Amino acid sequence: MLVLGIETSCDETAAAVVDESYAVHSNVIYSQQDHARYGGVVPELASRAHMRTLVPVVRKAMEDAGVDWTHIDGVAVTRGPGLVGALLVGLSLAKGLAMAQGKPLIGVHHLEGHVFSNLVEQQVEVPFLTLLVSGGHTELILVEELGSYQLLGRTRDDAAGEAFDKVAKLLELLPREGVVMGGRIIAELAERGDAKAIGFPRPLSGETDFSFSGLKTAVLNYVRKLDLQERDRQLVDIAASFQEAVVDTLVDKTILALQQTDVRAVCLAGGVAANKRLRHRLRDEIERRDIPFYCPSPVLCTDNAVMIGAVGTFYLNRGVRDDFALDVAPRLSLC
Amino acid sequence: MERTLTTHSAAETQALGAELGLSLAPGELVAFYGDLGSGKTCMIQGLCEALEVADYVTSPTFMLINEYTGRLRGQDLSIYHFDLYRLQGPDELEDLGAEEYFYGRGVCLVEWAERAGGFLPEGCREVWMEYVGDDERRIILRGGEVSK
Repeated sequence: MLVLGIETSCDETAAAVVDESYAVHSNVIYSQQDHARYGGVVPELASRAHMRTLVPVVRKAMEDAGVDWTHIDGVAVTRGPGLVGALLVGLSLAKGLAMAQGKPLIGVHHLEGHVFSNLVEQQVEVPFLTLLVSGGHTELILVEELGSYQLLGRTRDDAAGEAFDKVAKLLELLPREGVVMGGRIIAELAERGDAKAIGFPRPLSGETDFSFSGLKTAVLNYVRKLDLQERDRQLVDIAASFQEAVVDTLVDKTILALQQTDVRAVCLAGGVAANKRLRHRLRDEIERRDIPFYCPSPVLCTDNAVMIGAVGTFYLNRGVRDDFALDVAPRLSLC
Repeated sequence: MERTLTTHSAAETQALGAELGLSLAPGELVAFYGDLGSGKTCMIQGLCEALEVADYVTSPTFMLINEYTGRLRGQDLSIYHFDLYRLQGPDELEDLGAEEYFYGRGVCLVEWAERAGGFLPEGCREVWMEYVGDDERRIILRGGEVSK
């Protein structure tokens, strides 16, 4: 069985062809560069870029896989959560293709896609825990079995990736040409800094919910007391200490959730999973407890259509499909 | 009318938000002005708590608009939380269909109102927030009957 997956929830235009063992037959991602000079994703620009690039991206995904429509058994598409205009571009094309080619349509939850991103390269035993961290999400998801989820923790204000972006902005590191995500800039600086230099707060200790807004303000308070020269001198230490506070928070809450459940594995997913410090620290802490830890290759950490196609094959195999009245759900929750 | 005050903690900012929330009427819009870290979200959290919003008041990253259900003086109330930080210009608000919210029956809370240009309804409430020190924020409230 082959499924065409389509993902347009934010600023990645992606299409992929996947089979029922989640093997990747093609994976095409176009990362929009239109947002760099604004220092963040601009919704209207995202929709327009999806409009421009989605058809060629889908065409390339089918070419790379060496398939035509006779081989495709279904079309899976992200229906939420995400930017409403961006989601609509993907869903409208998916509906049109499914209708014209007489193929089943499967609407996919973006977060369920990230859960599946860890199943593409290896098998993971259920029940497992997924820490999903990206620009728009910070969630601890208990996967009791595939298709059955429990939300153990989520952010009460900013997502982790958003905290990286906002801190990059207040340190005046964004906007920078060619870079949308503040996380990358902070991580680069942090490598040269002392993570213990400044004691930024670790909010909501002892709970599985997250909060990053107070941490952002703590960085702001610290930076306001420095003149420009001093700020530049301390920049690497500020970046390292801030990153460490975020990583500590993510690790501690994952361990706390681990202690409250009886899971067989822990998975990391989402764009922030590309952060080396986070991967390293989390792997250490989990494996120290004799529990397997998984994290997908970078290309499957960021938004992609492989994970959407994988979820699509899972449901299509179980006879689940959507009708053409399917609508986008920008604030969809997983459970 | 205009009132200027200073809060000395996040809790005080939230309490002021609560007071503001309870003074609102359905259909009103509050425009929040102020830089990153000036306390806008904090104040809105207090405001929403006073209006019995059960959901977390998170940053409206994807949607630009978060919708909550609250209660005001025994009546159900829709609350629309806007964050215009990522907006390019006021004309994008038109594309978003913001007018329907701004002139609707719910309460609108608009962060980064600077970006809305002349698009906000005339005579709406304004909250200007400014960082003074670690926990200190100067807050100017304009419009409506904020003080009793």
